[in-house]
Amino acid sequence: MPKTRVPAVEGMFTMDPDNPHLIGGKVPGRDSWFFPRHLAGGDPAVSGDVELETVELGNRGRLWSYTTSNYPPPPPFVVTTDPYVPITVVAVELHDEKMVVLGQCVAGFGPDDLHVGEEMQLTLDTLYEDDDHEYVVWKWRPVTGCAAEDQ
Amino acid sequence: MDEIAILGVGMHPWGKWGRNFVEYGTHAAREALSDANVAWSEVGFVSGAITVRCGYPGYVSGSTFARALGFTGAQVASSYAACASGATALQVARGQILSGACDVALVVGADTTPKGFLAPNAGDRPDDMDWLRFHLVGATNPVYFGLHARRRMELHGATTDDFAMVKVKNSRHSVHNPRARFTKEYGLDDVRNSPVVSDPLRLLDICATSDGGAAMVVSSMDWARAHGHTDPVRVAGISTVTPTYPDTVIDLPYLATDSSVGTPAPGRGFKESIGDRVYIEAGLGPEDIDLAEVYDLSSALELDWYEQLGFCAKGDAEKLLRDGVTSIGGRLPVNASGGLGAFGEAVPAQAIAQVCELTWQLRDQAGERQVEGARVGITANQGLFGHGSSVLVRR
Repeated sequence: MPKTRVPAVEGMFTMDPDNPHLIGGKVPGRDSWFFPRHLAGGDPAVSGDVELETVELGNRGRLWSYTTSNYPPPPPFVVTTDPYVPITVVAVELHDEKMVVLGQCVAGFGPDDLHVGEEMQLTLDTLYEDDDHEYVVWKWRPVTGCAAEDQ
Repeated sequence: MDEIAILGVGMHPWGKWGRNFVEYGTHAAREALSDANVAWSEVGFVSGAITVRCGYPGYVSGSTFARALGFTGAQVASSYAACASGATALQVARGQILSGACDVALVVGADTTPKGFLAPNAGDRPDDMDWLRFHLVGATNPVYFGLHARRRMELHGATTDDFAMVKVKNSRHSVHNPRARFTKEYGLDDVRNSPVVSDPLRLLDICATSDGGAAMVVSSMDWARAHGHTDPVRVAGISTVTPTYPDTVIDLPYLATDSSVGTPAPGRGFKESIGDRVYIEAGLGPEDIDLAEVYDLSSALELDWYEQLGFCAKGDAEKLLRDGVTSIGGRLPVNASGGLGAFGEAVPAQAIAQVCELTWQLRDQAGERQVEGARVGITANQGLFGHGSSVLVRR
């Protein structure tokens, strides 16, 4: 019996496996986006009586920076490998919204495989599992063969 | 901005003592009172920096310390601004003094920290950014430090040896600081051979978490003069700014920055604005600074501060370091105390401890680590969730 795929946290990204998007908030009539939507803030425009739009953010961007966690992060992170395999964390600047969004990089890419400015694509991956569920999160994947200069 | 006087400072040595944080705070407070030659009964206001790791007494730290020292009816407040808590507590005290609500205030913070990564509160809390970043991304504090270090390498050609040299420099300073937790002098190879924590940063590039306590006794200038303090170190500026939208540099604990499409990013970012504000209050600029204590959560972040505080242009921090400008004996020593790399972070005490060090330096009481002729010093620090912290002191 296959496990049910559910988002690790509801409402932060779409679950379309082929073309996922982060779900952001947007001030109507203003080029001002937030992620995650439910913790929007920063723009003084939201201090008024503003009902934020719910929008799908662009799922492509340029790699802004990258790093690793060579030691297992503490809870509420769920360590799924034993022994622990270091994770790679990346920061990606979305092309359209010009905002930098964090995420894990998909497995198999370490610091030696990445370079600032390269094209990155949003994807979905399993964060952890229990007996009945696969808990899904967004991750970033390098768009190989697609140099940053071409964008 | 009107100034206030620093009459006395005190610290409990940093370490991993595992004792009650109240003990560290009262130790530091007694030392500061003694240094100031002020009786506890003369203190009209106690400004505590909060610790969130030690239960309820930590949340009401002002009254916890007041009770430990003996209740006298003094007024009290407790402030939390993460790593910036000490600067906020000082600012609250300054407000009390300058408004005339009190003459003398005690500012105090202390912490007992658990081993390992600082982590968010327990429970299933998707409405807390701090929880989300750990749960969904595994973004520990060093992950953010690593992102910034790598960015610095890409933008400015910094090398991992540049980062290591910061640690080497600060460890050389720390040898002469009996209050520091780590007083060993490290060489480049020690840093190079320590394990990677968050690429490109290694264990010796990243500050530990520590126990410690720091305190200061502050008063109005009039009270200081009337009580024999003819030339005290003065607080000339305090900055506790928040970011200005849009904040386009990813930082703790956020998952995303603001967007710069609709509103262009300000010419000076959040970290730059921290120092800008304190310079304005003090009527001074980077060219007036003799020494600085900056928040080297990682070695690479110290280099960022050189630029953010205006000590050099963007991209020139490595040159400042390599030329020895920021070493004791150089033109603008940074982290003469040894910095966080030598102390480890005791969150509510750290911003106060920075001012303690500057006070000793400006009084020519820093012993072997004395910066010759120091008259003006600046601290810089930042608490997560958008807390700036900078204090400018002069003599």
